[in-house]
Amino acid sequence: MALNYEEVVAKYNPVLGLEVHVELNTESKMFCSCATTFGAEPNTQTCPVCLALPGALPVVNEKAIESTIKIGLALNCKIAPYSRFARKNYFYPDMPKNFQISQYDEPICFDGYVDVEIETEEGPKQFRIEVERVHMEEDTGKSLHVGGATGRIHGADYSLLDYNRAGIPLVEIVTKIVPGTGKYAPEVAKAYVAELRDILRGLGVSDVKMEQGSLRCDANVSLMLKDATELGTRSETKNVNSLRSVERAIRGEMLRHAEILETGGKVKQETRHFQEDTGLTRSGRSKEQAEDYRYFPDPDLVPVTPAADWIESLRATLPERPSIRRKRLKEQWAVPDKEFEAMVNADVLDIVEATVLLGADSTKARTWWLGEVSRIANDQGVAIADLAITPAHVAELISLVASGELTDKLARQVVEGVVAGEGTPSEVVAKRGIKVVNDDGALMAAIEKVCAAQADTAEKVRGGHLPAAGALIGAVMKETAGQADAAKVRELLLKYLGQ
Amino acid sequence: MSTLSRDEVAKLAGLARIEMTEAELVEIASQFGTILDAVARVQELNLDGVKATSHPQPLENIARPDVVQPSLTPEEALSGAPAQEEQRFRVPQILGEE
Amino acid sequence: MIFKTAAEMAASLAAKEVSSVELTQAHLDRISDVDGDVKAFLHVDKEGALAQAAAVDADRAAGKKVSPLAGIPLALKDVLAQKGIPTTAGSKILQGWKPPYDSTVVSKLKSAGVVILGKTNMDEFAMGSSTENSGYGPTFNPWDLTRTPGGSSGGSSAAVAAFEAPLAIGSDTGGSIRQPAALTGIVGVRPTYGAVSRYGLIAYSSSLDQAGPFGRTVLDTAMLHEIIAGHDAHDATSINAPVPAVVAAAKSGDVKGMKVGVIKQLQGEGYQKGVQTRFTESLDLLASLGAEIVEVDCPSFEYALAAYYLIAPSECSSNLARFDAMRYGLRTGDENGASAEAVMAATRDAGFGREVKRRIILGTYALSSGYYDAYYGSAQKIRTLIIQDYAKAFAQADVLVSPTAPTTAYKIGEKVDDPMAMYLGDVATIPVNLAGICGMSLPAGLADEDNLPVGFQIMAPAMQDQRLYQAGAALEAGLASKWGGTLITKAPALKGGAK
Repeated sequence: MALNYEEVVAKYNPVLGLEVHVELNTESKMFCSCATTFGAEPNTQTCPVCLALPGALPVVNEKAIESTIKIGLALNCKIAPYSRFARKNYFYPDMPKNFQISQYDEPICFDGYVDVEIETEEGPKQFRIEVERVHMEEDTGKSLHVGGATGRIHGADYSLLDYNRAGIPLVEIVTKIVPGTGKYAPEVAKAYVAELRDILRGLGVSDVKMEQGSLRCDANVSLMLKDATELGTRSETKNVNSLRSVERAIRGEMLRHAEILETGGKVKQETRHFQEDTGLTRSGRSKEQAEDYRYFPDPDLVPVTPAADWIESLRATLPERPSIRRKRLKEQWAVPDKEFEAMVNADVLDIVEATVLLGADSTKARTWWLGEVSRIANDQGVAIADLAITPAHVAELISLVASGELTDKLARQVVEGVVAGEGTPSEVVAKRGIKVVNDDGALMAAIEKVCAAQADTAEKVRGGHLPAAGALIGAVMKETAGQADAAKVRELLLKYLGQ
Repeated sequence: MSTLSRDEVAKLAGLARIEMTEAELVEIASQFGTILDAVARVQELNLDGVKATSHPQPLENIARPDVVQPSLTPEEALSGAPAQEEQRFRVPQILGEE
Repeated sequence: MIFKTAAEMAASLAAKEVSSVELTQAHLDRISDVDGDVKAFLHVDKEGALAQAAAVDADRAAGKKVSPLAGIPLALKDVLAQKGIPTTAGSKILQGWKPPYDSTVVSKLKSAGVVILGKTNMDEFAMGSSTENSGYGPTFNPWDLTRTPGGSSGGSSAAVAAFEAPLAIGSDTGGSIRQPAALTGIVGVRPTYGAVSRYGLIAYSSSLDQAGPFGRTVLDTAMLHEIIAGHDAHDATSINAPVPAVVAAAKSGDVKGMKVGVIKQLQGEGYQKGVQTRFTESLDLLASLGAEIVEVDCPSFEYALAAYYLIAPSECSSNLARFDAMRYGLRTGDENGASAEAVMAATRDAGFGREVKRRIILGTYALSSGYYDAYYGSAQKIRTLIIQDYAKAFAQADVLVSPTAPTTAYKIGEKVDDPMAMYLGDVATIPVNLAGICGMSLPAGLADEDNLPVGFQIMAPAMQDQRLYQAGAALEAGLASKWGGTLITKAPALKGGAK
């Protein structure tokens, strides 16, 4: 009988190691001046350098160095006063030079950490993930496998190569081994990748879109018996391309390793591929011989020796760490957990904060962004950020409601107008002639008219059956084209009907 | 006398992705002794504390601004391709990992 | 006309005594006459050359200011990429490849109006000292068609010595300009590493390679040097400093008070008697012209050859990985469903010659895990010692001198099966490359025993290239007055073309 997850973690300690590759969002490639636009026509963003034509030479992108140092600083790393590029030699058709320019024993950033917090049965718990190194390298091209049954590499008749992606700057962030996460290993790994993603997004150095491959995770997992002192054999799972997959892949590997160990087998040190559909991993093709990458300093590129004052000036530009910021905002705004999580998931923290900084009430700001604006974005199938509405618009809207110039209902119409590009809330109000009917005389006229038309219902209310008032209020609102304040209508109606 | 066996040469040829006939493997293995003896002279001196030189000129921090320059046209990029299809380089089936 | 120096041709062009088209046609005719015997060229670009010549003539006719060498024909080593012109680096693996871009050297030549006649033969990927390693057959020495013109830039040296071109470009990784210059009785300079851009120079050993000029006189060579040198943003190892005033130095040619250091380790045993005799005579001549001769000790030079034959193969094993049949060049074995991996291996077997394979295997070995420190690592340290030896020697002397090669030109086939014997021919030229400094070879006369040219090597510190020309011009003038003309005018006439 295979062990279930609870039994596995009762008997074994998992040990993790995570390698995250991040594509930087520089304008040009790592070692040449080709554009990096995602989704361009094949082989339109290539040159002698990234095609590895004979004679071409790399020259490093200074922005990539800057972004990498920022990442290192944000991950609490030390920045090497002297670092070099090295060649990692191996043959692969998607890698034009048949070596990757990377960094070997002299990475630009090293010895950092990231703290993550997860919910456990005993409440929130913090884990420190130690970062061994952050280094610069370059991405490979993309292959399209033609023929065969599934479009997969195995069984394909041939492949088609597009080198647009070849040479896009990559930063690799490698953790030290992560012990002590116990049964929370999958959650800790997921939280780490999520935290990294947030940090990188906060730095503005990458698009961090896992679905587009601009952030990719390789997960190393091994198990050791609880009382063991030596690490178990690890597997390395590649292709883990969503936060949920990080969790699933690690959980799946823990179960797989345990099953092997329980049946007296030995875990093979190998590369495995995560299958999004099944949540399982599949063994990669085993190599005929062990790789020997023959690293050596790249003679075409000179050492990187960042000046201390430059590093400090970059440090000064670092934004607040996302997890700390989240904690601060949650407290400042006094948001319940669930609601806050909804804000994080909807990615509206920045925009709500900007709205609050313009003087809006935080609860109202949150309600607008998470409610009406999110709904419109959903309906249109676009991101909130892509709508024409800004924090300034929402702040203005909230103040118009607060001063009684708009009702909530009218305000929703105004949001539609703003999103439709009709201008600021005040402009929409003016253009559409939206205004709250506050004139008691006009309201009374409408109430009298409605009560006359629906005499039976009016009589019920007069007789003390208050729920019937709703229908009358609705009719009055309709009569006033929605511009009346419903609370005011209710007050006047009940008074009119002697309640 | 240093030597390199036929099997060692075969392994190196694998790493270097060069198919070699038996005759070539044997020939290179037989010539290697003399060559290795000659180059092994670098180990004769005590080199403790000597810095390694990877670059003949002491340059540092040479970088370019992050500015896009025109790429080759796809026609130019593919002009040398032994085979092409759909504006991509057509290559034989790849056996490596996905 | 073709027997004049480039400086004389330039004067005739400037005086409109001859047009560039006429001059170019005369050289094309000479190539037709003698290249069947010499085999200096792999490709002659008749149309391109005449078009460039016509353009220069038009500019001159229009009164436009043109560069000093505008309209002068030149032979280009096939290691430099020239847009649209077959570029093979002497290898079958690049047969038929036409670069979609110009190397920086070619761009500079074109913008200076220099007329590129065609591409010259070379040892495959510049690995060799005789051109016998060319994938297209050897080049023959115009002094004796049974002998090698040296290598790897033997096509370029032979073309200049055979009056097929007044000037040529070569590349020098371990002596590949200086040694062929010595063996063909002309002048060749390897500039300081980083003085001439390597962008578009098909790499053999990136930290040692440097393109440089050939001419029949020191002044001609200087004029070409000045055109191809200068900083290039496409080469991260390019030196950002003004080009030394080499033409002015070649015109001054004064050695009064100059300290000339004779390197103890680069003479005596292993040097052919006639070579040593001509070398000593040249030293006496320099002394009679007012130079002070001192002896300097460079003990680590004894290990230079060993270090070179580790560093260069190591770098080449990586540099040549890009020749893989995927994006350009030869593809063989693509049948019966062969894999990309198999096609790569088959193509690299079919496309690379024996010496290239030998060096790739040696380099792969030197970089492989477990051997790196002992081989590549130690070689890099020897390199440091050689740099230190030079620093001490240059503290005692302005320039250093030695014979360029231990022997005169040997017979084709004589050393082709004995790689070590071939490697030993580079013993005097290699230290310059390891240290990244500059060196010149100029004719010192004919060896008594075989009546073949002997080369005299001058070395100067990095970016002091003008010293080579200053000392070289003085020696050249002294020898010419003794001989009643430059050495090359004593070369036997080739049967195709009368002098």
